[in-house]
Amino acid sequence: MTVTVYISCDSGALALGAERIAQSVSREAQQRGIDIRLIRNGSRGLFWLEPLVEVQTDQGRIAYGPVQGHDVSGLFDSGFLNGSPHSLFLGLTEELPFFKKQQRLTFARVGLTDPVSLEDYLAHDGYRGLHNALTISGADIVRQVTDSGLRGRGGAAFPTGIKWNTVLNAEADQKYIICNADEGDSGTFSDRMVMEGDPFVLIEGMTIAGIAVGATQGYIYLRVEYPHAHKALTTAIAKAYAAGYLGQNILGSGKTFDLEVRLGAGAYVCGEETSLMESLEGKRGLVRFKPPLPAISGLFGKPTIVNNVISLASVPIILDKGGEFYRDFGMGRSRGTLPVQLAGNIKYPGLVELAFGLTLRELLYDFGGGSANGKPIKAVQVGGPLGAYLPESQFDIPLDYEAFAAIWAVVGHGGIVVFDDTVDMAEMARYSMEFCAIESCGKCTPCRIGSTRGMEVLDDIINGRELNKNIPLLRDLCDTLLNGSLCALGGMTPYPVLSALNHFPLDFGLTDQADAA
Amino acid sequence: MTETASMQTTLQDITTRLKDKPGALLPILHEIQNAFGYIPKDSITVIASELNLSRAEVHGVISFYHYFRESAPGHHTIHLCRAESCQAMGSKQLEAHVKNRLGIDFHETTPDGKFSLEPVYCLGLCSCSPAMQIDSEVFGRVSPETFDRSLAKIGA
Repeated sequence: MTVTVYISCDSGALALGAERIAQSVSREAQQRGIDIRLIRNGSRGLFWLEPLVEVQTDQGRIAYGPVQGHDVSGLFDSGFLNGSPHSLFLGLTEELPFFKKQQRLTFARVGLTDPVSLEDYLAHDGYRGLHNALTISGADIVRQVTDSGLRGRGGAAFPTGIKWNTVLNAEADQKYIICNADEGDSGTFSDRMVMEGDPFVLIEGMTIAGIAVGATQGYIYLRVEYPHAHKALTTAIAKAYAAGYLGQNILGSGKTFDLEVRLGAGAYVCGEETSLMESLEGKRGLVRFKPPLPAISGLFGKPTIVNNVISLASVPIILDKGGEFYRDFGMGRSRGTLPVQLAGNIKYPGLVELAFGLTLRELLYDFGGGSANGKPIKAVQVGGPLGAYLPESQFDIPLDYEAFAAIWAVVGHGGIVVFDDTVDMAEMARYSMEFCAIESCGKCTPCRIGSTRGMEVLDDIINGRELNKNIPLLRDLCDTLLNGSLCALGGMTPYPVLSALNHFPLDFGLTDQADAA
Repeated sequence: MTETASMQTTLQDITTRLKDKPGALLPILHEIQNAFGYIPKDSITVIASELNLSRAEVHGVISFYHYFRESAPGHHTIHLCRAESCQAMGSKQLEAHVKNRLGIDFHETTPDGKFSLEPVYCLGLCSCSPAMQIDSEVFGRVSPETFDRSLAKIGA
């Protein structure tokens, strides 16, 4: 009897040696004359257990991990293909506490299926959303998305339904759907995991968006740093075309939607939607003034939806199960689920998808298990390099857009980077300014010059020079960046800088909180 | 065919094939860099003429993006992540080790032409920081020791 074995082809798993393990398992099976079916799935997101090897048994999928090269022969000896005990035996994957406590909607299939198998996608409820979308009007599709309460998962948290409605009502001969797959925030990898682990869900979400607003062309603007995602997407797109899910007359509906992947070229600012569109048009990724909004005049001057990967990948389940089903998760005005990414100095790094409302402390300790080395956690940065650093006293804030805004922080893309007590927060503040200086598009002065000046001032502060003069100067500079920048790159760099200064004044050579004011 | 002539042919082929795509410049530059490992100077004239742009505009686009390079890279390119998650797990010490081991700084190539070192701001491998990429292969939880072993495997 053929046994099915799953070993991930997610970049995170590959970075920990999954390719070697996959080859070794194939070779060992062949040598022993055992017939196995090896599926390269996405990752379940339990990265401290990668490379994870799962075996399909009558009870369900049994996991072993983290598997190293020298473990493979022993796994075969102990009969792991029957789910037998072994020192790496973890039991049923879906019963592992880190996994079991999650509410996976957007990530329902990631790690479960063969990412580039359309058959597997269909067998796991794939394309049910599109089928429903094809039976209702564009306005009804947009209403479902509006009812779901879905807000952009890329950072700005703008209501997705409102954006779609603007494009729906815009008159034009051509409209576009752009997926912003330029996920460049440190500590975030959920876009990458979806694109590598379930590319069809993004393709389906974009197709639904196109049909809803009457856009016939979609582009996935993918960062060049994600070659594995590129391969998975192009393979899945080709299969979707071949089976009539993309192109002309989709599933006999008379609707058209074409989709293409375009690669970025290593510019962080191209994650900003107007800069991204300039880049797609073949130009330098300079930020555009708004208005006009992209929904009115976007790519090539046409009405354009620009959504993040996770936003678009959340659409199929909304159209499958209804806007109300999705809205019933979450709290306040933060509805549905957020795939949170635990990264940095954390014992159990990985992906946790849950309804909004969990506290940072629950994520850091119940899921994350505290710091990787057992030292106290000093600070966590939430929402990428432009997100605030939060001290321990703020760990009980629930994950909710408004609750975070109230403490001058951002949820952003849901990336959480953990630092232990050896971190020097003045150095991290300086790094934020340096990052802004390297990545600034240069169009507006506060960001272009302010960030370089910010590095200089922080160097003076770190060297203890004239703190009574330089701390107010740093605050003044941050004020200019915050209020005078064209886009979020300059406008949000003060978040990490000032939060570091406000919460960790000792690292800036100040004796107490009062001096930092 | 001489090397220059074959380069010209490749440049012309790529540009002609892709020039009618909407926003064709980035796809063209990517294909050129895939073919040569960098964007040769000669390509600017070809692209400018085919896309009806000024050479300054083409140069402006190439120089705006970190990924495009105007000189040939080493035989192997090492991308080392400098972002926050990797810093939280000791990437600064790793960075010092790598620079010292190769004897070069970021954006440089070893004198024997074997290795180029580039910084990268996130590979999306934050769940196994610190991370790096050597050519197309990705590595997580990199320590100075595992870096040396990876380097030894590709012949340093």
